Amino acid sequence: MNVPDQSPAGSGPATPGSGTIEVLTFGLQGETFALEATAVQEILDLLPETPVPGAGRFVGSVINFRGRVIPLADLRLAFGMDPAEPTADSRIVVIEFASGSESTLVGLRTDRVHEVTILPLESREPPPGVGMRWRPDYIRALFRHDGEFIILPDLDAIFTASPPRVGTTLRAVN
Amino acid sequence: MTVDPVDTFRTEAADLLEQVEQGLLDLMQRLDDDELVNAVFRGLHTLKGSGAMFGFDALAAFTHHCETAFDRVRRGEAPATVALARAVLDACDHMRALVDSPGAPGQQARGRALLDALGQAVAGAGGGAAGDAGAPAATGWHLRFSLPADAMAKGTNPLALLKELRALGDARVRADIAMIPPLEALDPLALHLAWEVDLTTTAPRAAVDDVFIFVMDTMELHVEPLPEQDPARPAQAAPPAPGPATTGDADIAAPADASAQRWSRPDENVRVPAARLDELMDRVGELVIAQSRLGQLANARDDLPLRAVSEEMERLSGELRDTMMVLRMVPVGSLFARFRRLVHDLALDTGKPVELVTDGENTEVDKTVIERLADPLVHLVRNAADHGIEAPESRTAAGKPATGRIRLSARQEGGEVIIAITDDGAGIDRARVRARAEEAGLIAPGQALADAELLQLVLEPGFSTAARVTSLSGRGVGMDVVKRTIDSLRGGIDITSTPGEGTRIALRIPLTVAIIGGLLVRVGQGRYVIPLATVEECLELPHERDNRSRGRAFVSLRDRLVPFLRLRELFATGTSPDPHQKMVVVSTGTERVGLVVDQIIGNHQTVIKSLSRLHAGITTFSGATILGDGSVALILDVAHLVASGQQQEAQLRAAG
Repeated sequence: MNVPDQSPAGSGPATPGSGTIEVLTFGLQGETFALEATAVQEILDLLPETPVPGAGRFVGSVINFRGRVIPLADLRLAFGMDPAEPTADSRIVVIEFASGSESTLVGLRTDRVHEVTILPLESREPPPGVGMRWRPDYIRALFRHDGEFIILPDLDAIFTASPPRVGTTLRAVN
Repeated sequence: MTVDPVDTFRTEAADLLEQVEQGLLDLMQRLDDDELVNAVFRGLHTLKGSGAMFGFDALAAFTHHCETAFDRVRRGEAPATVALARAVLDACDHMRALVDSPGAPGQQARGRALLDALGQAVAGAGGGAAGDAGAPAATGWHLRFSLPADAMAKGTNPLALLKELRALGDARVRADIAMIPPLEALDPLALHLAWEVDLTTTAPRAAVDDVFIFVMDTMELHVEPLPEQDPARPAQAAPPAPGPATTGDADIAAPADASAQRWSRPDENVRVPAARLDELMDRVGELVIAQSRLGQLANARDDLPLRAVSEEMERLSGELRDTMMVLRMVPVGSLFARFRRLVHDLALDTGKPVELVTDGENTEVDKTVIERLADPLVHLVRNAADHGIEAPESRTAAGKPATGRIRLSARQEGGEVIIAITDDGAGIDRARVRARAEEAGLIAPGQALADAELLQLVLEPGFSTAARVTSLSGRGVGMDVVKRTIDSLRGGIDITSTPGEGTRIALRIPLTVAIIGGLLVRVGQGRYVIPLATVEECLELPHERDNRSRGRAFVSLRDRLVPFLRLRELFATGTSPDPHQKMVVVSTGTERVGLVVDQIIGNHQTVIKSLSRLHAGITTFSGATILGDGSVALILDVAHLVASGQQQEAQLRAAG
């Protein structure tokens, strides 16, 4: 996941114009988050989940996504929010998460999915060092859009910082 | 998908070189085996020919010299010697380099040096060349041969074969035109002729066969001695044939009487890119899942014809799956074969005589597993030759044969294949392992360790007990690579070592990585799959047993105590147990353990889907599978599960 002006060589083809970024926005506990649209594979209604005993709560279960078994992550837990019961608006956003040479499909729980929108890069603001409830290294950028903040989470940091809770073969990630 | 012909040639050349190498190594043991000489010659000839065809001119030119040397041996002009075999063996490496990176710097000089060595080997042998004393009496042969119709299109020239036959002696050739079709059906590019030849020659029978050496696999050849032939008067050959050609009734058949020889067609093989095989495997996997959904639907309704079809489908997809699995299975012999060369070179490099013994080559393992095992085994064999086997003097002093022995063995045990490397060397020096581990900070000084734990330390990264670093090993890389690879295959490594007697390193590898038979069970709300290969039996857990303490529990099974684990507790399901708990007894190879579940649902053909990187730390499960209703069930990794169960028990005990 590249924010184009940070790494010009890797800007995605779906970025219309050089000064903008196309994102899918969704809500979590009243906050608006965004994912780069190029990474989004599909938006699903809730599916039966299979909990994985021993896994951390953050990636605590797996789902069947078109014949593939993919992990389901709850960003609420990464941002220290309380887990919530699913509602009629709840959706799973399946993204392709590339880290290093591997890429994995991961499902993300969301309270509701808003829209695909284009954000101008000049509306981007660096995450403030203080005054935030969340770990600043989990946030890639903040955008100001229609009078509210949109949070672009740093999935790389979030997933690599989430250590498996049990097991002996802790593999160094990257 | 197009395949670059040069890549095809490279794969083919690698195979050919491997065959030639095996042939040469065998030849060193059995110098008088003509079959081996011929096999090596054929390999070299094909390599030269296809090399030139694909533009590997340097390879073709270089290989030509080796081929010539072997041609002389084949024709009895020079004897086969160990020196010659060794020179060509060295040359094989160069050929490999010429195939992989033609035009790399320094290749010409290396090639010249090798050819000089080859020349010396040939010259050394030439002096002792044993010619047959006295010309043997001429004998007459009646040959009947036919080539496949497309022989000319494939570059075989029948006239050249006939010319070669004529060069052997007096030959009367008759074409059999019975197979020529009527004009309107005639394909002018195809070969419709067969030949009968009466040959009178002083050359041995083998020389006659040699004429056909490059086409023998596809042709039909019958050779029999001429019946009413007086060996003393060879010039008067068989009566001339009645006409230039026989027509009419085609008696070409009349095969195989006792003396007739027929070249049988070798087993046909098809080379398939591994990726396509994997793709097919995925499709079969999806089919198996779809079929089991169909089965569930069919069983839920009262439609007999539907059920019949579903059962038929089940049988077919099961067979398809089994066939698919067999396709992926490769005998480990193909892996072991490469180690003969390695050990041969190691013996030369270290100056220690070492022999390699292999057994269980027919044990079959999944192809991907074989490929990933190659590097670890190289490290282990090198270690055995370099560290394990002592110098010949110390071996003799210790009362052992001077030649060290490394044994590579494979066998199947339950759902696992055990591949063991055993040497009869000095064994692992425990004191030095301990000293080195303390030095490297792997253990605290004086830390108490079980013997097995101590030996496992040699697998840690950065560990090497070799006092000196040789070109072969001792750099502290290798053993941790072995461990990483085996871990990634979800296998295990057992090390046993007796001082003075040797070391055995056993790699335990799961038989397959794709589809397994599984036992579907329910624990709380969740469904799980236990690999069937590990399951020994299922039984009902007696109620009073279940009421015992939460710590380690045992049941007595045919006078043996079997410990059991409650998966409900292990997985912290938070549900209350079903009234009638079932126990699945599984075997981890060393231990039998009962797994207590709420319900045994039944057999399930399980397509293994690996868990994502985000769950890489979970060792309790070897993967997941998709059930007939579309939901996901996790597959238990029995060995790891038992280990983590034991851990949990220890914690429970510690907590009191």
